[in-house]
Amino acid sequence: MLDQANEDDLENAKSMSIIVTKGTLDWAYPPFILGTTAAAMDMKVTMFFTFYGLVLLKKKLDLKFTPLGNPAMEMPMMGTHVSMPNLLGVLPGVGGAAGKMMKNLIRKKGVASIEDLREAAVETDVRLIACQMTLDLFEYSEDDMIDGIELGGAATYLEVASKSDINLFI
Amino acid sequence: MAEHVLNAEGLNCPLPILKAKKMLKSVPVGEVLSIRATDPGSVADFAAFCRQTGNELVSSGQDGDVYTFEIRRV
Repeated sequence: MLDQANEDDLENAKSMSIIVTKGTLDWAYPPFILGTTAAAMDMKVTMFFTFYGLVLLKKKLDLKFTPLGNPAMEMPMMGTHVSMPNLLGVLPGVGGAAGKMMKNLIRKKGVASIEDLREAAVETDVRLIACQMTLDLFEYSEDDMIDGIELGGAATYLEVASKSDINLFI
Repeated sequence: MAEHVLNAEGLNCPLPILKAKKMLKSVPVGEVLSIRATDPGSVADFAAFCRQTGNELVSSGQDGDVYTFEIRRV
């Protein structure tokens, strides 16, 4: 009886799919925050990792951050906001330092790490699909990726998307 | 009836919601989970969370810098 009720709930559940195309530290947040929160709100969630987004499924995450090409980025610093000219960002060490600053800021503000959010996604049965073509293209194997993922392509994603209430491209 | 309390102080979006959802699963239906959070965004977010999941937001208040919520599991 309970199983039946749960199945009915699932049939009526809202659903969301996200195409995850970016694998930098900053861009890893929107898909994982929305994916885990949607799962917490009883939605069925599918995340499709393609191109640079694929690295977010690697066993060991080593996410990089760069202010390069992002003139809108302003870091809070000593009561004001500081942006970094692109010219500075190309200097050796500056990208790494900016990444460290960003990670410190994330910890200080009580923002979850991507590792934690990804674990929450796995725990809440978010369906994680790695793009097979990207694996081939960048010469990754399924062994490089965390357990519990699926492999698929455009048709796999589109089948999910055609039945989802919300479809996002990030 | 055991008390169910979640201290989400210092945590930022979406952690208060994720932790609340995780804890709600262990709260018997009909009982209330009390939450303390410092994320100002949690006020709108717990209201939306309850509307979407059907759980009842019994109260939503503020105690100094801390936002307090009571959610009854439905």
